[in-house]
Amino acid sequence: MSGAMAIKLADFQANARAALKDPKLRDSFTGAMDFLIDRRASQFPDLEAFERLRKVGEAVRQQALSKLPELLEQLENKLTSLGVQVHWAETAADANRIFLDLARRHDASLMVKGKSMVSEEIELNHEMAAQGIECVETDMGEYILQLDGDRPSHIIMPAIHKTKQDVAEIFHEHIKGAPLTDDVNELIAIGRRALRDKFSAARIGVSGVNFMVAETGSLVLVENEGNGRLCTSVPDVHIAITGIEKVIEKLEHVAPLFALLTRSATGQAITTYLNVITGPRRAGEKDGPREMHLILLDNGRTQAYREERFRATLQCIRCGACMNHCPVYTRVGGLSYGTTYPGPIGAIISPHLQNLKETRHLPTASSLCGACGEVCPVGIPIPDMLMRLREAGRHSVAQSATPPQQALRGQGEVRQLAEALAWKAWRLLYSHPALYRLLVWFAARLNWLTPPWQGGWTQARAPLKPASKSLRDLLAERQRKQN
Amino acid sequence: MSASAESLRARSAIFERLRAATRDPQNTPLDVSAALLPLLADPVGETRTERFIRHARSWRAEVIETTQADWPEALQALLRARAPRQLFAGPGSEIAATLAACVPPQQLRWFDREIAALKPELFAADAGITTTLGGLAASGSLLVMPTIAEPRTLSLVPPLHIALLHESQLQDSLLSAMWHYGWASAMPSNLLTITGPSKTADIQRMLVYGAHGPRELVILLVQDGVRS
Repeated sequence: MSGAMAIKLADFQANARAALKDPKLRDSFTGAMDFLIDRRASQFPDLEAFERLRKVGEAVRQQALSKLPELLEQLENKLTSLGVQVHWAETAADANRIFLDLARRHDASLMVKGKSMVSEEIELNHEMAAQGIECVETDMGEYILQLDGDRPSHIIMPAIHKTKQDVAEIFHEHIKGAPLTDDVNELIAIGRRALRDKFSAARIGVSGVNFMVAETGSLVLVENEGNGRLCTSVPDVHIAITGIEKVIEKLEHVAPLFALLTRSATGQAITTYLNVITGPRRAGEKDGPREMHLILLDNGRTQAYREERFRATLQCIRCGACMNHCPVYTRVGGLSYGTTYPGPIGAIISPHLQNLKETRHLPTASSLCGACGEVCPVGIPIPDMLMRLREAGRHSVAQSATPPQQALRGQGEVRQLAEALAWKAWRLLYSHPALYRLLVWFAARLNWLTPPWQGGWTQARAPLKPASKSLRDLLAERQRKQN
Repeated sequence: MSASAESLRARSAIFERLRAATRDPQNTPLDVSAALLPLLADPVGETRTERFIRHARSWRAEVIETTQADWPEALQALLRARAPRQLFAGPGSEIAATLAACVPPQQLRWFDREIAALKPELFAADAGITTTLGGLAASGSLLVMPTIAEPRTLSLVPPLHIALLHESQLQDSLLSAMWHYGWASAMPSNLLTITGPSKTADIQRMLVYGAHGPRELVILLVQDGVRS
């Protein structure tokens, strides 16, 4: 099994090749993705009803983005009036500094954390560990990975690449007194007991957020396990962290998004808990956090926001349906991507969070089959975004574009001379018929000169060889015979 | 630079970038209600109660149908069958007096202190009982609003959660409940929908109940004569 340390960013091709050779890994992913595809399909038996619901979800998200600065201000005002402290972070380092500052202020050496992809994005656990603060994952899947020093390979089912035997060994090795068992009920019971001690002891609970409601200042958390509720009900301090794009305007907008999220993610009509938190513990209440903080992270999101052509990236509600349905993700697995968010959504968001050059293989890790765009519950045109990112990586900004475009981080830096020349030649040939015919004439006669080794193409395919007669010649011959 | 000064600097930088973006000024307000109402329609030939029970059971909640007069007896029978060592309950809740009368004193524990002082006891408890604000027929969910009397962890920490639900308080869906209670203008500090016991499928996709919250959810459904 490939551990976290083996993964290097921008090593997508090597990672993918290694993953393809691992039959156990491929079995885990194929099985899990087939399962999730079937489960989702069973929740949307009526395509027309799905389309109607999706239109609403898409509109809710688009509308929220069209008013993003105004809604963030409204949210901040509402939260502040409720007694929640709002912090802003431009980068991962900013966010970690805020966490560290709060931990020190509360003299906390232990934090319990519910599932949060944004906390993965800023590598919170590592950053806190480096400062002597233990940040414990409490989602069962994430907890397993943390004990093993591994990373999530799926945003909804993070430990999908682990078998129950793997988990048995991890628990036996890392949890004091845990017997070696591969009974899944017992394994969960072991995890539950170990984590209850942490919930009871921690001063600070950390969570992500699924939706933030501007009109009420509510943070909405969606989960099945109950660890998110524990993290936000038991410790004295609750710190929530999320991206600036997660805000929606109205409380009633939660209803369609929640329905789309659970059905698209795990194929459930609803999760065990929908937890709506509006401010800290109020006078007289016996539990809930006394102090509440919200950290709003940019980390490249404003780049995606800047222009209409990339803004839809931020409509995402992190359901993972695009990866479940992606033929590339299913085969190479989530860890190959080397980014926090894998799969199609990872391929379109990571270039903004990092830069085009570091993530250059991700937009091309797609056959453009379109499945991701078809299943996206909020209608993100993922294939179009992939194409735009491919282009942005290889070209500088088109000066003539309307509306005007700005350079992305790493714009044009993916350009390679050989690739650029190949396309230049292609364009020349295909726009000059005489030249094209001349080349075909020579290619047909000199086809014996074709090299047997043709770079990436021949690694897994037979070499390309021009036919001795072109299609045009064959058709002309046929025409002559018929006449 | 102090932490709050840094946050303010980040804030103005972020807002500056957001405001510089080209935005389409014209956007029509979205009528979620109009778009979603057709999707909420009840299946023909099923009452709200029947729909609730069908869904709640499909999520592995146990539903015991009872009446306003009989629910204490139903609870006693349940407690005899499950034999929890203690049952945690909220002092000052609308059912506190009834509970005090029908649950043996050695079994009944009150959530009468702040959680910090109650953690060891609460984390060792077998069962908790709460009232509910209502239920959602479309999904078989409980609508729970923790209060001063019945804190958040009462429905969360003990492995058996017993919930009292009045049939008259059933709503069609989350959306209809949002409108009915008018939360948009007055939100409580915490509001939950609870659908079945806590669960996880994080190990090899195998479904296990009792992940971090209750392993079992028993709903005492009180028929109070208002069947819709």
